[in-house]
Amino acid sequence: MSLQHFLKTVFIATLFAGALGQAATETSTAKEARSTADHSKFSALAGPFDSGPAVTKACLNCHTEASRQIHQTQHWKWEYKNPQTGQLLGKKHVVNNFCTSVKSNEAACNSCHIGYGWKDDTFDFASEENVDCLACHDATGKYKKPSGFAGNPVAKDTEFPPGSGKIIRGINLAEIAQKVGATKRTTCGACHFTGGGGDGVKHGDLDTSLEAPDKELDVHMDVDGNNFSCSTCHKTEGHQVPGSRYAPTAQDKAPAHLRGKLDTSNPATCQACHGQAPHKAVKLNDHTNKLACQTCHIPAFARGGQPTKMTWDWSTAGKLDKDGKFQTLRDENDYDTYMTIKGDFKWAENVTPEYVWFNGTVNYTLMGDKIEKANEPIQINRFEGSATDGKSMIWPVKVFRGKQQYDPVNKSLVITHLAGNDDTAYWKNLNWVKAVEAGMAKGGVKFSGQVDFIETESIWPITHMVAPKDKALGCADCHVSNGRLEKVDGIYVPGRGRDHAAWLEIGGWLLAALTLLGVTGHGLIRLLTRKH
Amino acid sequence: MARVYLFKPFERFWHWAQAALIITMLVTGFEVHGTYKLFGFGKAVDYHTIAAWTLVGLWFFAIFWHITTGEWRQYIPTTQKMLAVANYYSSGIFKGEEHPYKPTTGKKHNPLQRLTYLAVLTLLSPLIWVTGGLYLFYADWPRLGLSGLSLQWVATGHTLGAFLMLAFLISHLYLATTGHKITSQVMAMITGWEDLGDDAALGKKH
Repeated sequence: MSLQHFLKTVFIATLFAGALGQAATETSTAKEARSTADHSKFSALAGPFDSGPAVTKACLNCHTEASRQIHQTQHWKWEYKNPQTGQLLGKKHVVNNFCTSVKSNEAACNSCHIGYGWKDDTFDFASEENVDCLACHDATGKYKKPSGFAGNPVAKDTEFPPGSGKIIRGINLAEIAQKVGATKRTTCGACHFTGGGGDGVKHGDLDTSLEAPDKELDVHMDVDGNNFSCSTCHKTEGHQVPGSRYAPTAQDKAPAHLRGKLDTSNPATCQACHGQAPHKAVKLNDHTNKLACQTCHIPAFARGGQPTKMTWDWSTAGKLDKDGKFQTLRDENDYDTYMTIKGDFKWAENVTPEYVWFNGTVNYTLMGDKIEKANEPIQINRFEGSATDGKSMIWPVKVFRGKQQYDPVNKSLVITHLAGNDDTAYWKNLNWVKAVEAGMAKGGVKFSGQVDFIETESIWPITHMVAPKDKALGCADCHVSNGRLEKVDGIYVPGRGRDHAAWLEIGGWLLAALTLLGVTGHGLIRLLTRKH
Repeated sequence: MARVYLFKPFERFWHWAQAALIITMLVTGFEVHGTYKLFGFGKAVDYHTIAAWTLVGLWFFAIFWHITTGEWRQYIPTTQKMLAVANYYSSGIFKGEEHPYKPTTGKKHNPLQRLTYLAVLTLLSPLIWVTGGLYLFYADWPRLGLSGLSLQWVATGHTLGAFLMLAFLISHLYLATTGHKITSQVMAMITGWEDLGDDAALGKKH
């Protein structure tokens, strides 16, 4: 390389580095400019903090109403009374077909509760200092609430389980408290991306691939584009996050929200921004009366490289390896397909949703509801809706198929004590009867003493991972026989063979064929009788 | 050789443009129906819709033309010679008999043609227009107070119309070959002049 070349290269490199540096400065300046408070300058947050509640007490010095707001939320109560069905829902009450229930497993499950110390029924839901501000407002990515601590972070190195020799490293709560910020994809995702016990397990349209998605994966969250956080759509006021699955907005006929205008409808729907006629091609807008936007615009879920669990068979749990130890079998991509403590799983990526009419009402099969083996699979949460009720839209859903423990005598789902360092926890002792007995006792529910397994289905609406418009479904995905909507009843889909009137199909072609036969015959006779 | 001037330029243009549009709509319509895959559903719908609106425009002019020229009278049904014409097509044509009806500029259609075209224009076409229009404006039914309509029935009616039109097209294409020469009637629709053969020139009774 000549000297001239060398100098040129250095010059360009310097320019480039300078530009980069400037860009970085601009970004951080812009970020600082948004907030009027630098939390690291607050003496109340100087720390050190030895526990979560100690941090919250400091937060409450300024954010005086925060905890009381939180106390009103589903995130805090894990309880929701559905006004339509009267059912008492929420994580506190429902039984699902993943790890089945929170009750009796609080110490483990409640690492995703936005509170500190909910380990059993004695938890004080009126406590302000037990509200966990950092779970949602950590901006460092260092905040962790390990399983087994009932939602508490670990402030100093702790052996867990006790006597196991495994050390959980303490985290510096003061550093985290000094750098708090608005919620981000990662803070919401810490729980919502890993629901069901691991990355992508539960929802299918929520997993860690959404921490920094590209445009293909999510057109709104695209880090190089719109870069939405969760709260851009789940527009939160007074800590009330809209858009709960317990009472979803299946049909939104309201116009797009307008600044300055009071809008009481759910701000998390597509229509809240896009309105009722979002397509330039008019014919596409003709579809918005029957189809949820998600039906066409989310062609598949689990699209980010992280598979989701599709089935879970608890009935095969308990098998030890040849050395008599707990085992985990993995597929070629290193995903667990069998665990001694949990049974068999199936994972899938790029899953085509199933499609159902849905009017927003979800009916749960709750503890104590009678379930019959003859009615398998039992619908853990039935989506109500039909083509004719005027409130339903066709929605894409993930159907999660399970086989789980139940009481065959009392014919009810059961509460199972899975996690815990004790004699009854299934994950320690592999004894179903003991585990269910303990769980049911904690829940105060009658148990026959027998455990059997029953097939169940749960339904999860697909609403995240919105693809760019050129990746949305095309006409022929549905307007065809055996297409996406083949199983959806009550609607005439042009191009779908099952909607055709048989008399017309047979009669019409017969008419055409007979006409053709007639004129052909007539022509042949003419030809044969031709005189010259 | 006797020739008669039957079809004026506009009429010929109307005929061929309409033929092209109807064939386009049959081809695309049965694709939309799901009978086969050719252009792809979305394109088939687009072509079908464009062709439909074009035909609406064409009809606008055609109706105007028929009214102003009085040509609509060509479709008034008559029973005169109907039996003779029916006999001709069912037997006479095989024996080399002369066509019992000789068209003139004022009466260009034989009685069977009159009846058929009248049925196509006043029964079949409205069926297709009405069901097709409803189909097209499906999303506006609630606003038009038509919420009670069923797309199933509208689509079924439209498809019925399509099958009838297909049957008409098949027979029409064949019957076009039954003139004095196989090409006489097609040529008439191209040039306007129909060749009626030598017998007519001799002034034979018909």
